[in-house]
This record gives sequence, structure tokens and C-alpha cells, in this order.
Amino acid sequence: MIAPEQITHLLTAVAQRYGYDFSGYAGASMQRRIDSFYIKGHHSSFAEMESRLLNDPAWFMYFVEEVTVNVTEMFRDASFYKTLREDILPVLATYPFIRIWHAGCSTGEEVYSMAILLKEARLLQKSILYATDINQAVLEKAKSGIFPGSTMQQNSENYIKGGGLADFSTYYTANYNSAKFDPSLAERMIFSTHNLVADASFNEFQLIVCRNTLIYFDRDLQSRVLQLFDRSLESLGFLALGSKESLRFSVIAGHYKQVANKEKIWRKNR
Amino acid sequence: MAEKQVSETGRLIVIGGSSGSLNALLVVLPALREDFSIPILVVLHRGTSSDNGLAELLSARTTLRIKEVDEKDPLLPGWIYLAPPDYHVLPEMDGTVSLDASEKVHYCRPSIDVSFTSAARVYKKNCIAVLLSGANADGAAAMAAVKKCGGRNIVQDPAEALVDYMPQQAILLSPVDHILPAAGIAAFLNAL
Repeated sequence: MIAPEQITHLLTAVAQRYGYDFSGYAGASMQRRIDSFYIKGHHSSFAEMESRLLNDPAWFMYFVEEVTVNVTEMFRDASFYKTLREDILPVLATYPFIRIWHAGCSTGEEVYSMAILLKEARLLQKSILYATDINQAVLEKAKSGIFPGSTMQQNSENYIKGGGLADFSTYYTANYNSAKFDPSLAERMIFSTHNLVADASFNEFQLIVCRNTLIYFDRDLQSRVLQLFDRSLESLGFLALGSKESLRFSVIAGHYKQVANKEKIWRKNR
Repeated sequence: MAEKQVSETGRLIVIGGSSGSLNALLVVLPALREDFSIPILVVLHRGTSSDNGLAELLSARTTLRIKEVDEKDPLLPGWIYLAPPDYHVLPEMDGTVSLDASEKVHYCRPSIDVSFTSAARVYKKNCIAVLLSGANADGAAAMAAVKKCGGRNIVQDPAEALVDYMPQQAILLSPVDHILPAAGIAAFLNAL
């Protein structure tokens, strides 16, 4: 077991060396992931792991990929997508141009889910989906539009529960163990690395989607990231969070109103 | 990361279970004293739907307050916290919990191993872990971790458990402090 002090030391050192600051990440989850990275990497000692991370940038990028959580699925939380489809997209449809930011998009399943919703609402052509993540490696997977075939049954069930009416399999071509999504879905996507901890606002959006990313941050970092979203959201824009995340205790809560159902979607009211 | 430590006196009871554990829980929780003051975190394997049926079912049977835990909730005396479907729950050094939507462990999220291991690290000798009926090996490794960190662990008597696999796995993996029927678990907790 790695001691908390060792982890603090490691995170300080990598922040100085690479500029990636994980000090605002929730401790227990970070501890668990570093423990598992240590075992998975067959490190002989903590010092050896730290030394390799500080001297081998490629190994460090692998570390970033491993300690951040990249578990995602299409149309996760069907009722959330139902609300997007029925209540949010009709509002966005009134804009001449729609800009959406998927912050912490990981391997892109949610971005493709959104593109499918937009396509079915005939809004995709006037939309741009900015998809960002701290990891270059997961963005490459997202860009490829290729997802594991084993997840398609679950994805399809989620899609139907979320109000999808088409045959889900028309959106991809199955090939051996993978599913390649229709490239037309990706035409309106822009992928880029962006670190929510350190990077600034880069545009104004009508909808920001950041689901199950804030749970890995401590309260201070959550608050900073929510302020970044606030600066990046147009007046009357929407902010969508994960099913266990909330604006409730945040400094920006006063400027937002939760949409009228149980979903974690807020509208900026100024 | 949070530097503030849970106070020396802060204790936590973690209860885990899978198939058949609800029956045991319905014996243990109603039998707890009204003034029971150690926070309890319950991690049950359950479906992914986010309805609050389990909290409602349990709250009708106990005088303690009960809720599905939200991220950053402080673990307070007099409360029973339920792990939400589809999230791991990790106790933190500052007495709150983090939620985590990472990979399933033993095909489960929430995973008992994840919660118990983190609870053991934070609460050390003040961690009391209880493993109930189930058909899965989740929790066994963490029961050993609880012991290693100086805490106490109790398994439901496999002879009583509706599905004995889960308690059996914990017993096989490493020594446990107590093997008790559900009523005995309640009595043990009441005496803490």
C-alpha cells in the first residue's frame, strides 16, 4: 500500500515536471488508481515508479490515462437523453448555430450519442460539437469512431430507453469485434486536448456536457471548473452534469435554475 | 487531496452484501438502538435503476435516518448511507465520501471491495466491516484489508446466509473476527 504522503510527493513532482496538477483530485479514488498503476506497471518500488514517471514522458502519459477514469457508454442514463431530446434540443433548435462542449469526453461515446440525437432532430448540420479531454490517447479513440462491438447491445438498449426510434445498428458497421460509426456523425466534431484544471475558456456555448468528471475533483477544484463552465456558457445556455453531480453547493448556483424534472441539467438565467 | 484527517474517534461501519443480503439487512438494521451513533455505509449489489425503493424499504424499518449517498456527503452519526446504483463509494480522509464511476470490480459497481478497502485505509482500527449473504467473491479481499489496517470484521454465518458463497469466500481467504447470524451481528454492533 502506498502512503498518502508518497502520493502527495509524487503529484507535486509531476506537476512541476509536466504541468499536470492532480492535487485537486479526490484523494481516495486517486489513491486507488495509483495503487493499481503501481501493480500493473510491475514497479519494483515506489521510488522507481516516481523516477520513471519523471524521466519518461511517454510513461507519464500512460499514467495520466490510467489514473483518470475513462469508463463511459453511449446513452448512459436513458432518462437524461430523453430530456435532452424532448426538452433541450427544441430550445437549441431556435438558434441559427449550435455550439456544444463535451468536457472530459473520454473515448467519445457521449459525443456520438449527442450527434445521433442532433441528427435525428435534423440539427446536426448547424451544430458543432467540441469534445475535449486531458488525454490525447482517448481522444484518438474518440476520433476513430470505433467502439467495442461487445458494448453495442447495451448501447442499443440505452438508445431505445432514451427515446430512440431508429434501428440503432444503422449507425454503425460491425466488423469482427468492433463497431465503426457512420463518419457523417463525426463531421461536426472537433477533438482537442483541454485540461479542466489549468486551461482557460475557449469559446461560448449553448450547451456544456460534463458528466461524471466532477466527481473525481475535490470541492475547490469543482468550484473552479464550474466557474470555467459559467464563463464558457452563453446567457440562457444549459449545463448538463452526471446523475450524482450537482450545482447545489457551488458559487454559481444562484445564476442557474434546474430544468423542471429530476435530470441534472441547469439553465443559466442571466 | 484532502489533508484533514478523520478524527481519532471517528468510526465507520461498512456493510456489504449481494444475493440474499437484504433479508439479513432487514434483521440487522431494525434491531439497532435508537441512539445508535456510528455512521453506517451499506454497499449492496443492485440493479442500475436509480429509483429510491431500497432507501424507502429500509427507512420504514429503522429509526435511524437513511439516504442514498451523494458525492461529498459527510458520514454523520445516526445515519445509514446506501451506495447508489452504478457508482463505487469511497470514504475519504476528511470524513466525506467520493463517488467513482470507474471499471466494475467483480462485475459489480458499487463494489464492496472498493468501499471496504478505502474505509479500512481511512478509519483503520475504527473501521468495522460486515459481510453478508451473496453469490460473488466481492468483499473477501477487502475483509482482509480491514484486518490488516487494524479494524474488525464480521461475516454472516454461512449456515444462516441465504447464499453462503460470499461469507464463505471471506472466511477462506483470511481469518475473520466473528462469524455471526444476523441477529448476533445486530447485538454486536449495539454493544460497540
